[in-house]
This record gives sequence, C-alpha cells and structure tokens, in this order.
Amino acid sequence: MSPEFSEQTKKRIKEVISRYPKKEASLLPVLHLTQQEFGYIPIEAERSVAEMLGVKPIRVREAITFYTMLHREKMGKYHIQVCSNLSCSLLGAEKLIDYLREKLKVEPGETTPDKKFTLSTVECLGACEEAPCMQINFDYYGNLDKKKIDSILADLK
Amino acid sequence: MKEKILTKNFGLKNNYKIEVYLEQKGYQSVRKALKEMTPEQILEEVKKANLRGRGGAGFPAGVKWGFVPKVDKPKYLCVNADEGEPGTFKDRYIMIHDPHLLLEGIIITSFCVGIHKAFIYIRGEYEIVAQRLEQAISGAYERGFLGKNILETGFDLDVIVHRGAGAYICGEETGLLESLEGKRGHPRLKPPFPASIGLFQCPTVINNVETLSNVPAIILKGAGWFCRQGLPKDGGTRIFGVSGMVKKPGIYELPIGINLKDIIFKHAGGMKAGKKLKAVIPGGMSAPILRADEIDVKMDFDSLVEAKSMLGSAAIIVVDEETPILEVLKSLAKFYSHESCGQCTPCRIGTSWINKIVKRMIQGKGKKEDITAIHRLANNILGNTLCPLGDAAAMPINSIVEKFSEELESTLSN
Repeated sequence: MSPEFSEQTKKRIKEVISRYPKKEASLLPVLHLTQQEFGYIPIEAERSVAEMLGVKPIRVREAITFYTMLHREKMGKYHIQVCSNLSCSLLGAEKLIDYLREKLKVEPGETTPDKKFTLSTVECLGACEEAPCMQINFDYYGNLDKKKIDSILADLK
Repeated sequence: MKEKILTKNFGLKNNYKIEVYLEQKGYQSVRKALKEMTPEQILEEVKKANLRGRGGAGFPAGVKWGFVPKVDKPKYLCVNADEGEPGTFKDRYIMIHDPHLLLEGIIITSFCVGIHKAFIYIRGEYEIVAQRLEQAISGAYERGFLGKNILETGFDLDVIVHRGAGAYICGEETGLLESLEGKRGHPRLKPPFPASIGLFQCPTVINNVETLSNVPAIILKGAGWFCRQGLPKDGGTRIFGVSGMVKKPGIYELPIGINLKDIIFKHAGGMKAGKKLKAVIPGGMSAPILRADEIDVKMDFDSLVEAKSMLGSAAIIVVDEETPILEVLKSLAKFYSHESCGQCTPCRIGTSWINKIVKRMIQGKGKKEDITAIHRLANNILGNTLCPLGDAAAMPINSIVEKFSEELESTLSN
C-alpha cells in the first residue's frame, strides 16, 4: 500500500520546490515535509519524492541514509535526544543517559513498546551553556538532572 | 571605550519583530549602503575592517567577496548557520535575539557582490530558530527590505531558510553546497573555490552568521572604528561561548585579543565550586587542547596559532582536574568517527580505529602500543583528506596524546 500525501502537504511541497533554482535542491525540505506527514520516511514515499523532484530514487535513498535526522522507521511519539558530547558529558550526561535507559527500559536507538518514547544519544546540540541538555522532538531542555527529567517526561502525554 | 556590536539588542523583547527592530534604528545600515554607497565602496570598507571569518577558518570576508568573478551567471550567498562545532552556540543566540541584524548583513553583502538569492543553511535541530528567522524575514519583506526593488533602488533579493538534517560535515563550506543541491554532504576538491564555482556551478559567497552580523556596524561606523574594537589585523569583537566546569557558562561578547584567562576567571566567574582547572579547548572541539599552564594567551587568530592551537569558533570548553583526560579523548574520538562523511579513506577508517582503541582503553584494556597507534593513525589522517574535518580530528587528538601522555599511560593495563 502506498502512503498518500495529504492535499495540504502536496501543496506545501509544490510551493517549496518552486522556491529553488533547481528542483533537486529542495530534496531536504521535501524530505522534512514527508517525515512530518508520516512520522518517518516510508520506502514508498522515497519513490514519490524522486518523481516529484525528477531525480533517480537512489538519490533520495542516499540522502535519507546519510542524514541522521531522517528516519526510515517509525519513531516514538516523543524522540528524546540526549547530547553525549564533551560539554554535556563533563556535567554528567552519561549518568542521565543511564537513568533514562533504566526509566524507559530501552537502549539508545530503541523505542518503548507503547511507541511513546524513542531514546537516542546525539552529538552536540549547540546548547552547551545549559549542559547537560537534550532535545525532545524540536524542543530543547537544559540544565538537566534526574528530577528535572522526571517532571519533563511526566508532562508528556 | 569598547562597544557591543553583536549583542547590544539581546535583552530586548520581541526584537525579531520588524517594528521593534525599527524602533532601535534598525535597517539604517542597509539604507546607508544601498542609497549612499557603491558596491565598490562597501567592499573597500569591509576589506579595511579586517573582518575575519567567525566560522572557524578566519579568512578575511572582504577578500573572499573580492574573489567573485564578474561573469554573466547568477551568484549566490550561502549563510552558514549549520552550527555544529561542539561547544559552539553563538549563532543560535544571534538568530534568536537579533535576526534582523543578520538580515541586514545579508542584504548589504548581497548588494555588494551582486547577489539576488541568499540561502540560510541552518542545522535541522534548530527548527525553533529557523521559524524565528522566517518570521523576521517575512517582516523584512513586508517593509520592503527584501523582495523586489528594495528601498526603491532597483535591487532585488530573496532569502530562503534551508534546514539541514543532522550532519556536522555540512558546516564545511563545500559539504554545505553539496547538501544544498540535494545530495550527501560530501565536500568537494578545492580548487576551484566556491567564489568562482559554487552552488549549481555558479559563483557563491559562503559566510558564517556571526561574520555577516558584523557588516552593518562596519558600514555605519566605519572600518577604523571596527578595528579599534579588536586588533588592527583582526577587527571587531567575538562572541565567546564558554561551557564546561565554570560558574557562569554562557556567551560573552568581548574584544578580539582578550586574554583567555580573563574570559574564564573574570567573565565566566571562574571554576565551579571546588574544581581545579586542568585543560581548556579554546576554539571548539577541533582546536588543540591547552594545559592549565598554557592559558595565558590572547584570543585572536594569530596568537592562538602561535600557541599551537586555534581560535576557531571561539567556543571555550573548560575541563576540570577531576575529569580523566581519557574522557575528553573519548568525546573527541566518538564525535569525529560519527561525523566523518566517509568519503576519504584516511578519515573514515582512521577516526573509527581511533574510536575503537579509545573505547578499549576506557574499559581498562589499553595496551602500551595503543597510545603510539592513536598518534600514528592521527598523523596518517593529517593532511591526507579533501576537507578540514580530517585535520580537525587529528590535531586535537594529537594534542591530548602529546600533552597528557603520562596520564594516558597510567590508565593502561600491562
């Protein structure tokens, strides 16, 4: 079964493509829109995107497998991305990652059985002044400790 | 009296809204540049200001613009907002707190070089920042600072925010171009340089967010004034981002050439309670590490080269005595092996082997030959790759192996 883009997304994709001097340059924005629509990039959507942009499907696959923010599998409703780079690890990021592993009972890269949370470790998020930090979907959370993590997660329904 | 150039509006609420920015006498610099100056005069002023690239390489912006050939092809500006150098968060602050300052820089630069389309390549993680930029851009369109016939001068410019998708390598300028063309961010062989053959094979200027944000002040107050804020050959201020084991991590806009010790102990409040300084990374993770006895150094491009490190993105990471140096090495090795784009063998394989060896050392299974192996692998990457990522991995790793060899040896099992 091939996933269908909603009319609204189709319109936005068209608009995005028209902004670029060359169609293929809109690949990343179009893939972002695709991921917004389905929560990941289904294999069938790769072909649709290739057709819309007039490129070979392998070009789309190359991009998806290169960029870490593009996902080929469904993620949890909340994607918890904990920074494990230097400024955060100096201030205890590793302990927080361990805490989240125990709390959610998943390893980094895995999703909870109820599909609510996916846990990932990521490289520098660019919020080192608030280390240790994490990003949940697109929201940043800084100056973390176990208590703060508990209250952030409790607020996510 | 030194002034703030980049952070002067940071406390201001809703400054991303065009009406608030205009109340602060915003867009004066664009008016002056487009109405009272010729592109040649702008170029001359920016060259005289010795504005060096704030992304890391420190190349003079005016000289870069001057390389763009006068050919009958579209020209492009790519704003590098792919802020990914570990420890760096300054551009995020500029784009959130004063996005119109950046837009003014973009408009003046584009007018100077003859560009009608600019892309802001922003890292995908900064989605909220990208939305803020888009709000600022639409305000600028509404008031006629962007779009067709800007300020009735006949000059046209469109600005597009382009989101990356999580790849450090796209902060390298030719990796950025490839990515913007819809491909993997594999850096290109240089020359040709982007100024002559860049985006879609057309002449392209690529500048960092902070670099461009300095342009409005240079136009309004002049190159002489700008140089006096920093050093004659390295004009202006820098936004130093301090993180790690200090009392007050954050951003500090200070004159170029300020002492590193003063930034850490005066501005950032010194070490966190009870901690002793062990080492400092002075310019983002790619910069070779300085020992505690080496931090009496001026923070400008040339002084740090002399100190065998680099100013880079001016991101200062402070490491305390209790943190094992092996932990710092682990962060470095893990980061570069993850972010190597895989195009050049020495970098792809070298960073991954170093990472494996360091992991083994962390587990207490390090052997004596491991330290020399790391050194040898790093030296085989150095200078043998298409882009600077290889060197950026090898140099700081080598600096740790050389400066902290005793501590590393003490972790080995026999």
